[in-house]
Amino acid sequence: MKVLVAVKRVIDYNVKVRVKPDNSDVDLTNVKMAMNPFCEIAIEEAVRLKEKGVASEIVVVSIGPKTAQEQIRTALALGADRGILIETEEKLESLTVAKLLKAVVEKEQPQLVILGKQSIDNDNNQTGQMLGALTGMAQGTFASEVAIDGDKVNVTREIDGGLRTVALKLPAIVTTDLRLNEPRYASLPNIMKAKRKPLDTVTPAELSVEVKQTQTLVKVTPPAARSAGIKVASVQELVEKLKNEAKVL
Amino acid sequence: MAILVIAEHDNASLKGATLNTVSAANAIGGDVVVLVAGEGCGAVAEAAAKVAGVSKVLVADNAAYKYQLAENMGELVAELGKGYSHILAAATTTGKDFLPRAAALLDVNMISEITKVVAADTFERPIYAGNAIATVKSSDAIIVATVRGTGFDAAAVTGGSAAVEAVAVAKDAGTSAFAGEELAKSDRPELTAAKIVISGGRGMQNGDNFELLYKVADKIGAAVGASRAAVDAGFVPNDMQVGQTGKIVAPSLYVAVGISGAIQHLAGMKDSKVIVAINKDEEAPIFQVADYGLVADLFEAVPELEKLV
Repeated sequence: MKVLVAVKRVIDYNVKVRVKPDNSDVDLTNVKMAMNPFCEIAIEEAVRLKEKGVASEIVVVSIGPKTAQEQIRTALALGADRGILIETEEKLESLTVAKLLKAVVEKEQPQLVILGKQSIDNDNNQTGQMLGALTGMAQGTFASEVAIDGDKVNVTREIDGGLRTVALKLPAIVTTDLRLNEPRYASLPNIMKAKRKPLDTVTPAELSVEVKQTQTLVKVTPPAARSAGIKVASVQELVEKLKNEAKVL
Repeated sequence: MAILVIAEHDNASLKGATLNTVSAANAIGGDVVVLVAGEGCGAVAEAAAKVAGVSKVLVADNAAYKYQLAENMGELVAELGKGYSHILAAATTTGKDFLPRAAALLDVNMISEITKVVAADTFERPIYAGNAIATVKSSDAIIVATVRGTGFDAAAVTGGSAAVEAVAVAKDAGTSAFAGEELAKSDRPELTAAKIVISGGRGMQNGDNFELLYKVADKIGAAVGASRAAVDAGFVPNDMQVGQTGKIVAPSLYVAVGISGAIQHLAGMKDSKVIVAINKDEEAPIFQVADYGLVADLFEAVPELEKLV
């Protein structure tokens, strides 16, 4: 079966983000960019399905500026077969992303779509679910286990308080949580090979999707800082302070 | 202006997260209507009707909503939500699962995890794992948002006397089914609702040593959490994880034991009223946010703490 994986180019998770002095946004100038960590897990899961003989082809799609090709090439080096870049410089909101992905789903007809549960920049956690609604597909969000079973997929989800398994009719959508797998690193030969794998570029207009925004970023501020308190010398002093000074015990 | 709040519940009882969501709705202003969708959830509806600030309760009692599957809930909320100015749900794994589906069906965007209401169309929410706070203004016809519980006080569970109305909308997409559940069983309070939370990190060395924390927790009625490092190392299950990728907590007292204080952990607990750090490394970043820091070997300090509290 064909698996479609969506990946996003985001700030590298090791980089400490800084808010611009004019509070208009976070400062991304000259900042290292990388594939969103949850998307790496999505690619890994698809590659494992292919290694098991369950998936026959992995198509990777990304939406963003031309530079997002780098993340598609990374996915190709990790084992995806071909890439699609939906190229746009515009600011994208989740609903638009879901509409663009829906257009790709209609064209590619995958049996399974795997996405990260959220991107580490906007932390929205919306796209997979929205794509589910627009395509009418069932969804297994925050997945920690994915098992294909005939015309169904059983997805174990990380929920508040434990785990829940849902049985979904294929085609279906899976969004990844951290414990689904541990992504591999791309080997040098595979990075070289990835350069020759097909990568198509399309525009939102070619997919008949209008890119529009309904949310305005009014301002971005650093979070309220917490200052360091005091050091106590003993457990006894700690308990005394918590009881009499902070009054929380 | 009327606001639809989707209740968080397990068909037997109304969950606390709903109360914070009702408070967010009241901060926006307008009639607050709570939707209880489930099966055999009459008791939940009665509880919701008593919550202060709720003007009406809608009950969609149908087998299709028993497990609040996102496919069915999304369709239900999109249909019932059409006449409202806002649709809110708690930013729990249930709310996050179905609400984006409802938004997409209504052809509107969604605002995730609001922590403050600035105006009826403008909200604050954390981005970049809590390293920045965005103020977002929406021009959507219906504003759909999840509410981060720690940003709003819980509404009182008594004082209201809302009318309860049944809605006969059955939406069964037929594409998904519940296939099992493994819930962690514990007599301790829930992490996100506890007044005191004690968390262990990699410094705990193994899962058995968490017993030290459980003993203290049971003496003072605390919940026990863990850092992602402790979860990744396999010491404890993931539902104990406090942090950006786990649970967000804001108790009166948070005790971090053997936790270095990675950004991702701080994002999950830095709104706690009082933070205590116990760590043998005095350079650990956790001390930069702790109100009270104790540089000590946790294997000596924690048993002593148990004796003294």
